[in-house]
Amino acid sequence: MNSQFSKRSAQLAAVILAIFLFMGAGDDARFNKLGHSMMCTCGCGQVLLECNHVGCQSSDKMRNELIAAIDRGDNNDLILQGFVQNYGPTVIAAPTATGFNRVAWVMPFVALALGMAFVVFVVRSWKNKPTPALADGIIVPQGGELDDYKRKARQETDL
Amino acid sequence: MSQIGSFALLLALGLSSYSFLAGLLALFGRDAGSLRLGETARRAGIAAFGAVLLAAVVLVTAAFQDDFSLAYIFHHSNRDLPAAYKFAVLWSGQEGSLLFWSLLLGGYGLVLRMRYKTDQRLFAHASVVMAAVQVFFLLLLNFAAHPFAIMEGALPQDGNGLNPLLQYPEMVIHPPMLYLGYVGFTVPFAFALGALIMKYPGERWIQITRRWTMVTWCFLTVGVFLGAHWAYAVLGWGGYWGWDPVENASLMPWLTGTAFLHSVMMQEKRGMLKVWNMWLIFSTFLLSILGTFLTRSGVISSVHAFAQSSIGDWFVVFMALTLATCVFFFVRNKSHLKSEHKLESLVSRESSFLFNNLLLLVACFTVLWGTLFPILSEWVQGHKVTVGPPFFNRVIVPIALLLLLLTAVGPLLAWRKTSLESLKRNFLLPAVGAVSIGIVMIIFGVRPWEDPSYFYATVAAVLSMLVIFTVISEFIRGGRVIAGKGQMNLLAAMAHLWHRNTRRYGGYIVHFGVALVVIGILGSPFNKEVEKEMGYGDKISIGPYTLVCQSYTQDDNPNYGNEWAIINVFRGGRQITTMYPERRFYKSSGQPQTLPRIYPSFKEDFLLVTDLYLVYEGINESTGRPIIKAHLNPMVPWIWTGLIVMVFGTILALVPNAAAVRVAVPARVEPQPVGAGD
Repeated sequence: MNSQFSKRSAQLAAVILAIFLFMGAGDDARFNKLGHSMMCTCGCGQVLLECNHVGCQSSDKMRNELIAAIDRGDNNDLILQGFVQNYGPTVIAAPTATGFNRVAWVMPFVALALGMAFVVFVVRSWKNKPTPALADGIIVPQGGELDDYKRKARQETDL
Repeated sequence: MSQIGSFALLLALGLSSYSFLAGLLALFGRDAGSLRLGETARRAGIAAFGAVLLAAVVLVTAAFQDDFSLAYIFHHSNRDLPAAYKFAVLWSGQEGSLLFWSLLLGGYGLVLRMRYKTDQRLFAHASVVMAAVQVFFLLLLNFAAHPFAIMEGALPQDGNGLNPLLQYPEMVIHPPMLYLGYVGFTVPFAFALGALIMKYPGERWIQITRRWTMVTWCFLTVGVFLGAHWAYAVLGWGGYWGWDPVENASLMPWLTGTAFLHSVMMQEKRGMLKVWNMWLIFSTFLLSILGTFLTRSGVISSVHAFAQSSIGDWFVVFMALTLATCVFFFVRNKSHLKSEHKLESLVSRESSFLFNNLLLLVACFTVLWGTLFPILSEWVQGHKVTVGPPFFNRVIVPIALLLLLLTAVGPLLAWRKTSLESLKRNFLLPAVGAVSIGIVMIIFGVRPWEDPSYFYATVAAVLSMLVIFTVISEFIRGGRVIAGKGQMNLLAAMAHLWHRNTRRYGGYIVHFGVALVVIGILGSPFNKEVEKEMGYGDKISIGPYTLVCQSYTQDDNPNYGNEWAIINVFRGGRQITTMYPERRFYKSSGQPQTLPRIYPSFKEDFLLVTDLYLVYEGINESTGRPIIKAHLNPMVPWIWTGLIVMVFGTILALVPNAAAVRVAVPARVEPQPVGAGD
């Protein structure tokens, strides 16, 4: 009963989150979002809406085209496709999630996953190593005696 | 003039080559002859610094004397350039900056060779490695990028002038800081390679290089942040980090250097991660060289890059040789790098360092991957793609947040093993405090569910506060114990606490600074901007501010002409300041430059400070009216405050520990206050 309730709650939370995340944005927000997902083509290397060259032939024209496309009611994909046709694939500020470009997005997380697996493997292998045997005559202090040593060590070295 | 400089460079090459070869030969023997040969190599290395210094002085003097017979001076200076910038001519172009690199390397080498008595054999090995790197740069300077090349044809009357973007006070400091960082990593690299070659027993080489590494890291940190501040204060686009390839190039060695600073503690304390540390410092050095290669080869297009040139091939060969040398000695001597201890628990300081290193390295890999992906894409798909800010922001931010979480939790873990009970005890209050901040943000209108950037900002705020609260709680908890034992007040006890273990508590201050920097960054999703043509008396409203254009004015000096807008700033119906965004026109180069003006609202908003950032963008050619762009950038001043705190923390960490002080011990046994160690 409990597990079913938890499952349902999680599903509900996921649906609510999805609704919030993918809710349609207003024209200003779309202009802002699309304008920040494209580069200015004047060679300044800046995102379209951050190009600050007064009278920049490229960014002014591109912004006007973007406003016109939004006013026409084109969807985001269509607008971006139009810009790619006009200005080439480098106009998009980040690799698209298609074809080989997917690799760009996936690799950092693959590296993270592999790294995590490696660290866990290293930690486990270290933990499973047998403790080196003590040389003859060495006795490990126990209980109160060990606590005394610990207290002394803390006082003389660090807290 | 040029002959003296050229001769000095040739002499420096000869001396460095001798220092390398004689030093190398001397390493093979242990007889008196070898010792004498080694001593001559050491002295040649010192003398090489003198020769490079002479070359640098000649170049700067030529800039001050407006000697346009030198091509470098012609291209990077002009008669009316202010004196401070004439000094900066040294590093403003390809050839000069390579000379500057060589000069700094010589300077580091000088200090290393003067301190050789610390451990003569190890220092001799390190000195040979340093000399080898110096030979490479001097070969470049003598044969590929000569700073004393002579102009052909008639002697020009005036030079082209320094790039206007570089004519800003910070630009006199930023490159030297960055270079001190880049070049400085040669020292720990040289010691690491030297220690590997000679199978240096124990971890003393790490202790010897610890301060070098911390100082170098601090220089690189300052360099990176000054670059960001320069971008913010000069470029006029309202941002401070654009994920430009050259910015990325400076970030990569910083990330691996940071990982190294953490993981060496495991080697020092527990004799673990020896192979890892060796490769971390090798990678950091190679990434420093890679950064230099990216800036200079033209392989990546960047607004920062120097002119495209052929010296990229030299760097590729040098990096390949360096990597081959590292691999060779690693394979030959890897048995020397066996770990002395095993990990006892996943919940321990050791494992937190492992994960911290992993995240820093993944962040570094991501930056490298994003920087190089356009080239890879061209190879595979036949066309370049752009990998800009949207990619980096989306991929790096989750990694950075995980790292921030570790920054908060890591210091609470003890070496070897931490009980969950003690972790809970130390972590509960800071966690409650941090989550409360998140709740307050939501109450005051931040909606993390509306946009991913708001979600990340909220999480980053919570985690930053968690770092800050854990740092404060560590100081208070430790301070209380000392105050109880030593009959002193809490503040004095905390100072005493720091002095007993400066690296640990200095490190906490650095973490505090990092949290402030993150707080500064997390304001960016809430930025606002307005652009408007403003005539006299026109108004712009942005956030709580009303901007009224009072006037425009002009001025002129031999170096540039400029125009200012005079903007009165009102808030709550009261004038709080007047701002003067400026636009300059440099005469020699004919290039314009904007100089934004920034008003941080510490007085009005205190902790929730916001920058009002005004740019005078110039005249709209079609209407003839001036354009003003206003940005509101919340929290940005915390980034620069965070830098100051980080530098302060590093300085505190560099102070030697106080000698163990004996205090009167009360009869009862104190409860275990904090995890031991760094």
